[in-house]
Amino acid sequence: MTARISVRAPAAVDSRSWTVAAVLIAAIVLSPVVALVAIAAQGSGDLWPHLFRYVLPNAIRDTGLLLLGVGAIVSVVGVGTAWLVATCRFPGRDLFDWALLLPLAVPTYIVAFAYLDVLHPLGPIQSGLRALLGIDDPRGLSLPDIRSIWGAALLLGFVLYPYVYLAARALFLMQTASALEVARTLGATRTATFFRVALPLARPAIVIGTTLALLEALNDIGASEFLGVRTFTVSIYSTWLNRSSLPGAAQIALVMLAAVIALVLAERWARRKQRFSGGGRRAHPPSPVELGGLAAAGAFLACLLPILIGFLVPATHLAVEAWSRVSLFGLSPQLLIEARNSVGFAAAATVIALFIGVVLAYAARLDRSGMATAATRVASLGYAIPGTVLAVGLLMPLATFDNAIDAASRQLFGVGTGLIVSGSGAALVLAYVIRFLAISAGGVEAGFAKIPTSLDAAARSLGESAFGTVRRVHLPLLSPALGAAAILVFVDCMKELPATLLLRPFGFETLATHIYAEASRGTYEDGAVAALLIVLVGLGPVVLLARMSRPLLVLTGRTNGSAHA
Amino acid sequence: MNRSFHAGLALAGAMLVFVAAPVAAGAQEVHLYTTREPGLIQPLLDAFTKESGIQVKSIFIKDGLAERVKAEGTNSPADVLMTVDIGNLLDTVDREVTQPIQSEALAAAIPAHLRDPQGNWFALSLRGRLVYASKARVKDSAITYEALADPKWKGKFCIRSGQHPYNTALIAAHIVHHGADKTETWLRGIKANLARKATGGDREVARDILGGICDIGVGNSYYVGLMRSGRGGPDQVKWGEAINVLLPTFEGGGTHVNISGAAIAKHAPNKENAVKLLEYLVSNEAQALYAKANFEYPVRPGAPIDPIIAALGTLKTDTVDLRAVAKARKTASELVDKVGFND
Repeated sequence: MTARISVRAPAAVDSRSWTVAAVLIAAIVLSPVVALVAIAAQGSGDLWPHLFRYVLPNAIRDTGLLLLGVGAIVSVVGVGTAWLVATCRFPGRDLFDWALLLPLAVPTYIVAFAYLDVLHPLGPIQSGLRALLGIDDPRGLSLPDIRSIWGAALLLGFVLYPYVYLAARALFLMQTASALEVARTLGATRTATFFRVALPLARPAIVIGTTLALLEALNDIGASEFLGVRTFTVSIYSTWLNRSSLPGAAQIALVMLAAVIALVLAERWARRKQRFSGGGRRAHPPSPVELGGLAAAGAFLACLLPILIGFLVPATHLAVEAWSRVSLFGLSPQLLIEARNSVGFAAAATVIALFIGVVLAYAARLDRSGMATAATRVASLGYAIPGTVLAVGLLMPLATFDNAIDAASRQLFGVGTGLIVSGSGAALVLAYVIRFLAISAGGVEAGFAKIPTSLDAAARSLGESAFGTVRRVHLPLLSPALGAAAILVFVDCMKELPATLLLRPFGFETLATHIYAEASRGTYEDGAVAALLIVLVGLGPVVLLARMSRPLLVLTGRTNGSAHA
Repeated sequence: MNRSFHAGLALAGAMLVFVAAPVAAGAQEVHLYTTREPGLIQPLLDAFTKESGIQVKSIFIKDGLAERVKAEGTNSPADVLMTVDIGNLLDTVDREVTQPIQSEALAAAIPAHLRDPQGNWFALSLRGRLVYASKARVKDSAITYEALADPKWKGKFCIRSGQHPYNTALIAAHIVHHGADKTETWLRGIKANLARKATGGDREVARDILGGICDIGVGNSYYVGLMRSGRGGPDQVKWGEAINVLLPTFEGGGTHVNISGAAIAKHAPNKENAVKLLEYLVSNEAQALYAKANFEYPVRPGAPIDPIIAALGTLKTDTVDLRAVAKARKTASELVDKVGFND
């Protein structure tokens, strides 16, 4: 709509209408937060003294330890493997290059389920060890339990590191090449180059990736609950469900959101003086260093381990379980419909999230007042809200909207419309868009950053409108960034569980809700087939992402390597 | 790119239409919103459809069922709200998303203490909160809930999260029996006995007993049937066979039972069918199916119990009022935090 208004309008009006669109989008994203504030304002009685005394000390400690653990693993594994793959040559490198992304396809709750089985005293690993050592009684061999904070940090870390890997790899591949060569020419060792040049240059990208991973971990409920970790999110649940205090739960959720915003702002503030920009020309890829002997073996293992833990073990377990279930009980015909629903919802949300992402990023590019930039930041908040909380926050505004439309329609036409948004898949699609807009907006923004503004000026001076410039100049140049963002959003939507559970329309099931249903019967092994399907459906896009992101740089940092195709 | 951009928009529109197909309100339907996984009671729903010709459409909403129905308001498609746990059921009444109904069939089939005198909610089946004990390592043949805090179980006790509704209700029942102070001491005793974190599901107690992690734990009655019947696959049969099941009692009381139950939604579009469904669910036939399909205890006196469950012994149901248990839930949940039960 904005586009139509602005087609032949002068530039100032142009930029204003894009800003208005960005602000409107931000307002929609904020609506569930406003609803949560309204719910929280109903008061929660004696909740907070109780929380301060008995809940928060542990919740803060557990959440902190979990985030520290996950943060350490994702950044070390993500940056380390990205560095190896991007700058070294060793056996298997070409395979690892894309295989390191595979854990993206596996939802965290499925990883938790799988590992509980695999590492249980009755599972294959401990049984095998006992057989090897000749111990009969399971009590003869006692290994640490995965149901612990360390277990949770380990599992989440090895599933979420691809966010960092993806961002860091793209950066190492392209932007720092020349800087690295300068450093080497000036006599720095490879290690010094890595720590003193490559790493600081990659910081924005690493921060973006780590933030995504940490927010995923923070908002995770399935895996944390299953592994017995008491994070803030788990506390929100018990306040809401066991003490029947939705206002109290909303209050905790808002405090958590505030803390996240504060942390993100603090990080931005901390690197406020740093400027990152490459030359306007295409940076040539660094020539890889040939590793030999022990170093090659080390690199091989360092890349194999994350794939093993984050993908191969859980996926193999799922495949084995799925096979035994299918041969025992047959294949449910529902699964195909559920797979279609999952893909349909995820695809719709992806297309919309991308479209909105482009609008936001372009508005921010046009607008000098900072208004649109602020709107973009606000519109990315959804990622910092746990899925269920977001869903509860959406219920009220959506239903109010629906019932108003319905009432108006009854008044005007004598026929009700029913729940046109919340009673249909539209509510769920909206929830996905809000939840994952941060990924598409961030990806598109990073892509835009690589397109020199001189191109805009050229297009506009040749009489093209702002919309026309986007369509005919930017979109073609952005397509790799759009592709990467699309795939991440799609895979995340496929995996999303809590909001899906609450907002899916009557009579619709997805693969994720299927798994959850099986898990709540206590037979999560029965969900193995659906879990495997999620992994398989997610796998295609992930491989695609890996293939396209090598030559076409995406989704990262602020550097100014020129866009090329 | 131009074309593909438009194609993308068209695709988005098409997807929306595809996913946004509204639920058609057929004449002979009833809509079930349930916090209980509907697959568990599918045989009952199928039998109902066969008998009445009314199609049952269900949606499984684990958390936030009352919030969703409340938000949907007068346009909600919900007819029947079904929950497990008395607390969750009473929550739907408290949030004013139910309506009272009068039905002689329901009143005749359900004992008075298992339904709302105003007709807002009805229990449909019962489950006992029992003790699983290792066949190999535990010789006790009877136990009280109070004795679970005995230090002799130190490092040998397993249970799911203290914040799970099944446990909150059990702890709340202890509060009704003995008061909050004694319950706190009891909980601290149990906490000190834990062999692993209080997490996972009830079946994992049996699995962990077989795996040697613990000797004794707490789990619901129907899981014993689900495991031992082989319905969960051959592994679970081994878990089920590794345990002796004890029917614990409160001192001066009986075995703690919780309910699965239902209410009629306030704005039920198919109210008549909804009442028919509830009446069917407490019929002799359906109550027998509850026992067979999901190994639950029937609410209807005299309805048959599955042989696997009957073999566990005679259930002596605790005498405390379920509404009092539901009220004590908040205190129970706070005590769980206070003693750091889940830490």
